[in-house]
Amino acid sequence: MDLILPDFGLLIWTSIVFGLLLIVLVKFIWKPILSAVNTREQNIAESLELAVKTKAEMVALQAQNENILKEARAERDAIVKDARETANKMIEDAKSNSKSEADKIIVAAQQAIQAEKAAAMSEIKAQIATLSIDIAEKIVKSELASDDKQKALASKLAEDINLN
Amino acid sequence: MYGSIAAIGAGLAVLGAGLGIGRIGGSAMDAIARQPEASGKITTTMIIAAALIEGVALFGVVVGLLGGAK
Amino acid sequence: MILKNTIKSIFLSILTICSINSAFATEHKEKKEFNVNEMIMHHIKDAHEWHLWGPEHGGTSIFLPIILIDGGLQTFSSSNFYHGEMKTTIDHATKSEVEYLQGVGPAANYALYHEKIYKLNDGALSIEDGHVHGNTKPLDLSITKNVMSLFFGATILLLIMGSVARFYKKNGAVAPKGLAKFLEPIIILVRDDIAKENIGHLKYKKYVPYLLTIFFFIFFNNLLGMIPILPGGANLTGNLTITMFLAICTLVVTLASSNKNYWKHIFATPGVPVALLPIMIPIEIVGIFTKPFALMIRLFANMTAGHIIVLALISIIFINQSIAWGALSVPMALFISVLELLVAFLQAFLFAMLSALFIGAAVEEAHH
Repeated sequence: MDLILPDFGLLIWTSIVFGLLLIVLVKFIWKPILSAVNTREQNIAESLELAVKTKAEMVALQAQNENILKEARAERDAIVKDARETANKMIEDAKSNSKSEADKIIVAAQQAIQAEKAAAMSEIKAQIATLSIDIAEKIVKSELASDDKQKALASKLAEDINLN
Repeated sequence: MYGSIAAIGAGLAVLGAGLGIGRIGGSAMDAIARQPEASGKITTTMIIAAALIEGVALFGVVVGLLGGAK
Repeated sequence: MILKNTIKSIFLSILTICSINSAFATEHKEKKEFNVNEMIMHHIKDAHEWHLWGPEHGGTSIFLPIILIDGGLQTFSSSNFYHGEMKTTIDHATKSEVEYLQGVGPAANYALYHEKIYKLNDGALSIEDGHVHGNTKPLDLSITKNVMSLFFGATILLLIMGSVARFYKKNGAVAPKGLAKFLEPIIILVRDDIAKENIGHLKYKKYVPYLLTIFFFIFFNNLLGMIPILPGGANLTGNLTITMFLAICTLVVTLASSNKNYWKHIFATPGVPVALLPIMIPIEIVGIFTKPFALMIRLFANMTAGHIIVLALISIIFINQSIAWGALSVPMALFISVLELLVAFLQAFLFAMLSALFIGAAVEEAHH
């Protein structure tokens, strides 16, 4: 029966010991342990949060980079296009310019050739004329060098006249 | 004869508690098998329920002890 | 005495089942028969000596100081009882002989009967039906076995937790090492799974130190009770006085932190018709006290039952007066002892958990 009857002396000792234990544990032991554990957990939580934030920032930064890259690419494309157009235009211009220039040159050259040709022709004509006069003179001279020949010629001419 | 009757009483209390805790354990296993992700919560609830039943059984055991220790 | 027969009959049936009883059972009848009931009760109850080894009377013991308040403070060693005179008297009701110890020296006026101290009337103790009648009981504030065990438990708890606290004080909020590494998960278990889960994350912080104290107090004393030699061996958490004190602590904390909503649930339970309130209110009021009462009984009965089972299994050897029975009883006692280690943790966990549950119900705000 006394197994289930509380003992007053033990109750008093228990309350003293447990009361002291509670005070000492709460003041000097649980406080530092719990605060250390809480601080650590807070640190971990903050670090995790920071990591998440950093990751988000990284993603944002990456997106920004991509945008900048895209813009740069577009700009570059535009510049290249412009340059190509300018170059094409220049080439076109140069082509057309050179053609007209060439045409002009050709025309000038043709004209010069024509002029030279004409000049040469007239010179050749003159020389031929002189040459033929010289030849004719020499021939005439030789023809008319002797009397026989003069006579023959005269007769021949006379014959021709006769024939005509 | 007090002791023997007390022993029968204690035995009956244990029987009831055994049945009850067995049912709780079985149901908890079913529940965990269905929802393994909730096993922690189910286990806690199971322990509390088992403890409450066990408490009743222990009343019986104490009464048995009382009768026996007379 | 009748429990003895019951236990004996249980063991006899075990013997028959094992069917090797004739091989080991000895015919020797000691002059003083081994009384398993008395032995077990002696071990699970409080005492004024710390029995180490040897026979119950005359073996090696540590005699603990006795402090009596009986018209003034009186202190003397309990050896004045245990080395005193063994007297016999006649029980007035059952007409059988009962033994008690009469003190000598400073304890000359007192008698020790079933580990309780009584004041003698003209050198006599009158016993009726196993209970003392007519003799006054002086207020006994002795350092008994349980009080001594309480001191040991508190010291060990302070030393271990103190070293953990020192670790954190020295190193700050770092990853734990050594003892701190072992105990921190348990502390976090109490904080998160017991306090936060049952009290709610808004108000749990205030109760964590109390729950930690009660958890580790029970846990350490449960484990200490499992050690059979000196610092342990007392059945402290299997003592109703201790569990009653702890349950009262929880009741006081619960009532001290109770809010309006808690009392509203008791005196005007929502959803209950007014006509039923005269029935409900007494039930709810009784409920306030049965909850800690169940806490008290649960811890007491669990730990006491554990001690009884281990002792009873070991007693098989002595009942049969044969060491060969050790082959059966020692493995079984070992198995139960290992189970008791689990129970030691589980009961501490449950006590703290249910305390948290009650506190949680007391601080809960209305949410409907």
